[in-house]
Amino acid sequence: MSHAATHDQHDDHHGAPKNFFQRWCMSTNHKDIGTLYLIFALTMFFIGGSFAMVIRAELFKPGLQLVQPYFFNEMTTMHALVMIFGAIMPAFVGLGNWMIPLMVGAPDMALPRMNNLSFWILPFAFTLLLSTLFMPGGGPAGGWTMYPPLSLQSDSLAYVVFAIHLMGISSIMGAINIIATILNMRAPGMDLLKMPVFVWSWLITAFLLIAVMPVLAGAVTMLLTDKYFGTNFFNPGGGGDPVLYQHIFWFFGHPEVYIMILPAFGIISEVIPTFARKPIFGYKAMVFAIASIAFLSFIVWAHHMFAVGLPLGADIFFMYATMLIAVPTGVKVFNWVATMWGGSMTFETPMLFAVAFVILFTIGGFSGLMLALVPADFQYQDTYFVVAHFHYVLVTGALFAIISATYYWLPKWSGRMYSEFWGKVHFWNSVVWVNVLFFPQHFLGLAGMPRRIPDYNVAFANFNMISSIGGFLFGASQLIFLGVLIHGVFFSKKKATDRVWEGAKGLEWTVPSPAPHHTFEVPPVIHDEELAHGNVNA
Amino acid sequence: MTSGGIRRSFAAWAGLAFALFGGAVQAAPHPWQLNMERGASTWSQVPYHLNNISLGVCVVIGVLVFGAMFIAMFRFRKSRGAVAETWSHNTKLEIVWTTIPVLILIVLAYLATGGLTSWADTTGSQMTVKVTGYQWKWRYDYISYHGKPIEKVGFMSKLDKLSNETRQLDSGMNPYAVKVGNQNTYLLNVDKPLVVPINTKIRFLITGGDVIHSWWVPALGWKLDAIPGIINAAWTNIKTPGTYRGQCAELCGQDHGFMPIVVVAKSKADFAKWLAEQEAKSARPAAATAAATPAAAAAKTLQLAAVPSKAKQG
Repeated sequence: MSHAATHDQHDDHHGAPKNFFQRWCMSTNHKDIGTLYLIFALTMFFIGGSFAMVIRAELFKPGLQLVQPYFFNEMTTMHALVMIFGAIMPAFVGLGNWMIPLMVGAPDMALPRMNNLSFWILPFAFTLLLSTLFMPGGGPAGGWTMYPPLSLQSDSLAYVVFAIHLMGISSIMGAINIIATILNMRAPGMDLLKMPVFVWSWLITAFLLIAVMPVLAGAVTMLLTDKYFGTNFFNPGGGGDPVLYQHIFWFFGHPEVYIMILPAFGIISEVIPTFARKPIFGYKAMVFAIASIAFLSFIVWAHHMFAVGLPLGADIFFMYATMLIAVPTGVKVFNWVATMWGGSMTFETPMLFAVAFVILFTIGGFSGLMLALVPADFQYQDTYFVVAHFHYVLVTGALFAIISATYYWLPKWSGRMYSEFWGKVHFWNSVVWVNVLFFPQHFLGLAGMPRRIPDYNVAFANFNMISSIGGFLFGASQLIFLGVLIHGVFFSKKKATDRVWEGAKGLEWTVPSPAPHHTFEVPPVIHDEELAHGNVNA
Repeated sequence: MTSGGIRRSFAAWAGLAFALFGGAVQAAPHPWQLNMERGASTWSQVPYHLNNISLGVCVVIGVLVFGAMFIAMFRFRKSRGAVAETWSHNTKLEIVWTTIPVLILIVLAYLATGGLTSWADTTGSQMTVKVTGYQWKWRYDYISYHGKPIEKVGFMSKLDKLSNETRQLDSGMNPYAVKVGNQNTYLLNVDKPLVVPINTKIRFLITGGDVIHSWWVPALGWKLDAIPGIINAAWTNIKTPGTYRGQCAELCGQDHGFMPIVVVAKSKADFAKWLAEQEAKSARPAAATAAATPAAAAAKTLQLAAVPSKAKQG
């Protein structure tokens, strides 16, 4: 490689801009934008979490004590929208922004200005969305799925639709950027099948985003024109069909579910080999499993609709297709266990969260398999069993992976080691209380408690109280996380080494800690044995 | 048929269930309930058994996988001096753990398909009831019984008065005090329940009047959405007389949590008596307007039905 030529172009911007506004608002640097995404996601995580606290407080015991039913419905709706579009997705984009260029040996994202735009749309989108809570008609209260005709009764529909359009534009630009970066900016020698699994998972996720975000935009636009412009897409009185919306929505919605879990698979596939000090087991199978899950996500959408009265043939097709997902997902779980087998393991905080992920995500997968069986789903559908299921895959799945990744890469970002003791305190509190929070919800659903209700029969009182106690303590545990982060970024005296973790492999660990403002201005030389998954062709 | 095997085992279970419950049952959730209820219809055993079988399969797989993982975490610790191996794939093993799940899934799919096919078959029903969901109450219209059309038997069914007063914010009333007999019926009781006969294949035609609702009585084993503009069909055949309670299962606005469903299943003789009473009651006001056009009479009936009946219900 010609090193001299690339060096010369960079003498004008070696460090980050000193001006706060210039650095953070006008940044085109993938690391700074990644940081912005992560701070934004953390903020939204606490806002969405406070909505969850309202929900669990009202459900603490039977009878309405705190809020009116309509406000309760606003809380369930906003909790979902904020957590999905504000916390989980931006957190993964932030991790991708920070780590993908570092992992493939690229100097930055392929489209840095668009990167800035795709982040800065988000605060406006969420200001628009959250402002509805302070409006006379109240916020959206028809569930995050916004099923018509109910969602058409909401006065804040237009705000929600425009907010979703903005989030969609942001996601699509982010996805284009990630694809362009991965396909064009890899260092020489970083073949596609040598990329870290996290990069692979994001490449596939980005294609899912581009495929389905326009579908969501179309669906919500049809809601908008139905309410304000006299169209009848979903109005049976005008020849429309409310079920059409559900088909369109879930054609977006199911791939969306995997948008929130595939990058988590990628993260776990980085963390476990590092702390097992052994290459990932079955690298190609892992990549292929992610691709298969992504493909299957497009042909299973109607399993969210088994109770709408689909034709028998459709029920059977979507049941079989859904059950098939268990196969590649099983392969991933088995491969993670096989990666641990024969390793030399230590259990620092990232690894603890990764191990909890494998177990608890798998429990969410098990209830997913049960939900796939249509006759059983006739009972489970729209009950707390479903609530338990998707919180196991999204909280102990996606969120635990994000937390694991944060502990894993934080020393690389800040140059300081976080407090391992307090990290472990955070882990044990989280893992205990999250189960106290969500496991009893399986029982509630099986006993017949519908979801999205503000009050319930006294037979459901015991498990609701346990679940609420778990919820409050899980919420409080996340304040420990905040403390560990602030300490680990600003105050920790312990400097991080470049490698940070003894078993860490991959390009991101070859740059100094903290990672300088500009990295890989000269493409690195790739040594196969330095990659996290070993030499895949050996 | 695919469901033959499980149907036989269901027959055995149903016998056991009947022996346990005896005569009239009060099917409602109970405190500390851990599992799905067995149900009271000929079909409700299907989801119950699929639930138990799939849960069993998941528990076995979970014990094996998590067991292997815990052994790995114990044996291959750096602190115990474990040295990392370097292998990173094993084609034979990967084929095995791809194939075994496929075989398990085929068995589960076979069982589920049989149960689903029997659920979808609404032919040969002896009675038809139309169910309409409204914000936030249900309407029941009796369409036909044993091939004969039923005239003008239909009514609204909404949350009972005591639950409704208790559930208001800051009502100061105790949800634990809402009882029928010694059973707590808070938010699970209505002013006028749906009355149906036992041992009768009843077809439900389910639709929505404003937004989407979902009609769900756990003891019948299924729920089905009540969608405006669409009429969904499902069936049940209740084995045991009793009172079966359920709730709306699709978010339908602010009072979604407050539109329960109560189905009272009576013996055929008791049901015939009840039906005759209802028909007589609706015939009286209709006779008064005998001179009016049929359309006007129908409109009148609808109007009457919209006002909750003051008649005492069993």
